[in-house]
Amino acid sequence: MATPVVVTKKRREELLESPQFPFTERDLPIWAQDGDIPEALKEYHLRAWGLFQTIPMPSLTDEAWRRTDIRGLKASELTLYPVLQKRSLRPPRDLLKPLVGKKHGGQVVLVPAHAATVSVDEEWQKKGVIFTDLKTARKHHAEFLLSTLGQIVRPEEGKFAALAAAFAEDGVVLYIPSGVRLKAPLHSVIWSPGVRLARFTRLLIWLDDDSELTFVHEMASPDQGEGQSFHAGIVEIHVGKGAHLTFVEMQSWGRDVWNFTHERARVERDGTLDWIFGSVGSQLTKTFMEIDLIGEGATGKMSGFYFTDGDQHLDHDTQQNHLAPHTTSDLLFKGALQDRSRSVWQGMIYVAPGAQKTDGYQANRNLTLSPYARADSIPGLEIMANDVRCTHGATVGKIDEEQLFYLLSRGISRNEAIRLIVEGFFEPIMERVPYGGVRQRFRTAIKQKIE
Amino acid sequence: MSELRIVNLHVNVNGREILKGVNLTIHKGEIHALMGPNGTGKSTLAYTLMGHPSYEVTEGEVWYKGQNILELEADQRAHLGLFLAFQYPVAIPGVSVANFLRAAINARRRIANPEDKGIPIPEFRKELKKVMDLLKVDHSFASRYLNDGFSGGEKKRAEIIQMAMLKPEIAIMDETDSGLDIDALRIVSEGVNALRGPNLGVLIITHYQRILNYIKPDYVHIMMDGRIVESGGPDLALHLEEHGYDWLKNKIEMTF
Repeated sequence: MATPVVVTKKRREELLESPQFPFTERDLPIWAQDGDIPEALKEYHLRAWGLFQTIPMPSLTDEAWRRTDIRGLKASELTLYPVLQKRSLRPPRDLLKPLVGKKHGGQVVLVPAHAATVSVDEEWQKKGVIFTDLKTARKHHAEFLLSTLGQIVRPEEGKFAALAAAFAEDGVVLYIPSGVRLKAPLHSVIWSPGVRLARFTRLLIWLDDDSELTFVHEMASPDQGEGQSFHAGIVEIHVGKGAHLTFVEMQSWGRDVWNFTHERARVERDGTLDWIFGSVGSQLTKTFMEIDLIGEGATGKMSGFYFTDGDQHLDHDTQQNHLAPHTTSDLLFKGALQDRSRSVWQGMIYVAPGAQKTDGYQANRNLTLSPYARADSIPGLEIMANDVRCTHGATVGKIDEEQLFYLLSRGISRNEAIRLIVEGFFEPIMERVPYGGVRQRFRTAIKQKIE
Repeated sequence: MSELRIVNLHVNVNGREILKGVNLTIHKGEIHALMGPNGTGKSTLAYTLMGHPSYEVTEGEVWYKGQNILELEADQRAHLGLFLAFQYPVAIPGVSVANFLRAAINARRRIANPEDKGIPIPEFRKELKKVMDLLKVDHSFASRYLNDGFSGGEKKRAEIIQMAMLKPEIAIMDETDSGLDIDALRIVSEGVNALRGPNLGVLIITHYQRILNYIKPDYVHIMMDGRIVESGGPDLALHLEEHGYDWLKNKIEMTF
């Protein structure tokens, strides 16, 4: 008789190690010979690099990372200098199309390792609007940059915030002076072809008091089918007193991308922020999105959708911080999941001591289209004031069989019926999207997922 | 072969036999009324004919256009020309009446011709407006979400609007009259009468004789305990109105 073989199931955890990035201080983008970079900025990069080295790699034991395992990231294979084919550098025409009317008020397109393409209406420039890429801003608007960059998201906040702060010289800078109200929306596109590329970007949106802007920002890359790519980004938004920003963000990274971002908006007295967010791409995403309502009467609205398939893993961590009295926040995130994909939404409404008469709301609704998909939905309230109104709701559900039968009975096929139900499910988000062109872009993304 | 022929249909719901051998043939151009007290299997018949997955057929066949339609999915049955006006229409939030109807019409057109590009939008709009006028609903109805927040009467009208747009050959109306006030009932009935013709067979399922004052049936059947126990002309409905179902109960007891 053969000796019985004892099989012990080795836990995956033990086999995987934390990601190791191959970069060194020499790789920081501050050693360029042209001397355009102000000393203070160099120091900022160096300080961020130092922080990156001291902050431990996030792991499943960190509360914010409990549901998102990043040990599959092959960081050591990443490169800052990918081999790029010229053809791949041009973003798909659809991405560049004006989203509203026939023309943008301005557009910035960033591709890896090449100069940015910038266009902006001269009329706005005359009024003092800055809308350009980060490198150009460093050259021509150093003073503005030094007084604003890195104030809202600090490198201390996390491993990837530090990494992005250290390496990002790729980005979009946007400044709207006091009282300027832009009628036409501005548009930026970060396009990221390149196998095993590590891309670092930042976005700075600064609205002075009583200004107004609609801004559409898209991040995308082709599905490259080999290797893993990486993106770490920082988004900083300042909405001044009485200013109004509509910020539309669309994430459709290729399926090889591991995406990590820290995004925060700060809203001053009577300012309003309408933040609309779509997330359909990447292999794995961990995004921290926060609104700090720092002045009385400030309002922040966040509307987001995500749609996952295959083995995608999208994790959105939101925070609505009421730091002043009479502030209002309203969050609605909706997600649909196919195949074996997974989503995490973790939301927190924080009301600071003294932030009375606050009105905070958050809701997360998920629709799982496959028995193997999983949506985690974790709302949270932390309220340190006693005269507030805060409510939340979270649901995870399946396609309703009665809805399906109703549509089938009208001759609509099962796939088409599911598409209609999913589109209908996302419709409350679409209704919050200000422009038809943007809505269409979102709807197309949803349609492509189902097909 | 343009009749719907139900032969010895037995159906279980949650393991319990509800239909115990139903036989009924509906030719195009005919209007049949199926009456009977609550819980005798009328709605089960409606859902089974349309192919709801919760209804398990244990015996029998339903023939239409040379096929046993029990083998088909609900959407395929619809393509053959079947239609069910639901007693409780389901809300589809976020999907407008117009979008939904266009999807349904285009699905059928593609079955007929895989190359079809879909109904031209102006043609679709024109037809939808005509039908909405027929059912006396405001044109803004088209952009409302399907059955979402509709009143009982609006839901029933929406069912008839769908019927008019999709032009079925066999329509089953499951208690379309329930929950309608007299004005709404008249409007809905007028809608159905306008669709009446040699190419449409209708099965009206109802408790009450009331709707039959507006939609005159050619035949009336009475269902009790999962079987059709009596069939006749329009007079049978009037007889029921006067005498209730008790005389039939005696009759069943005598038969079994």
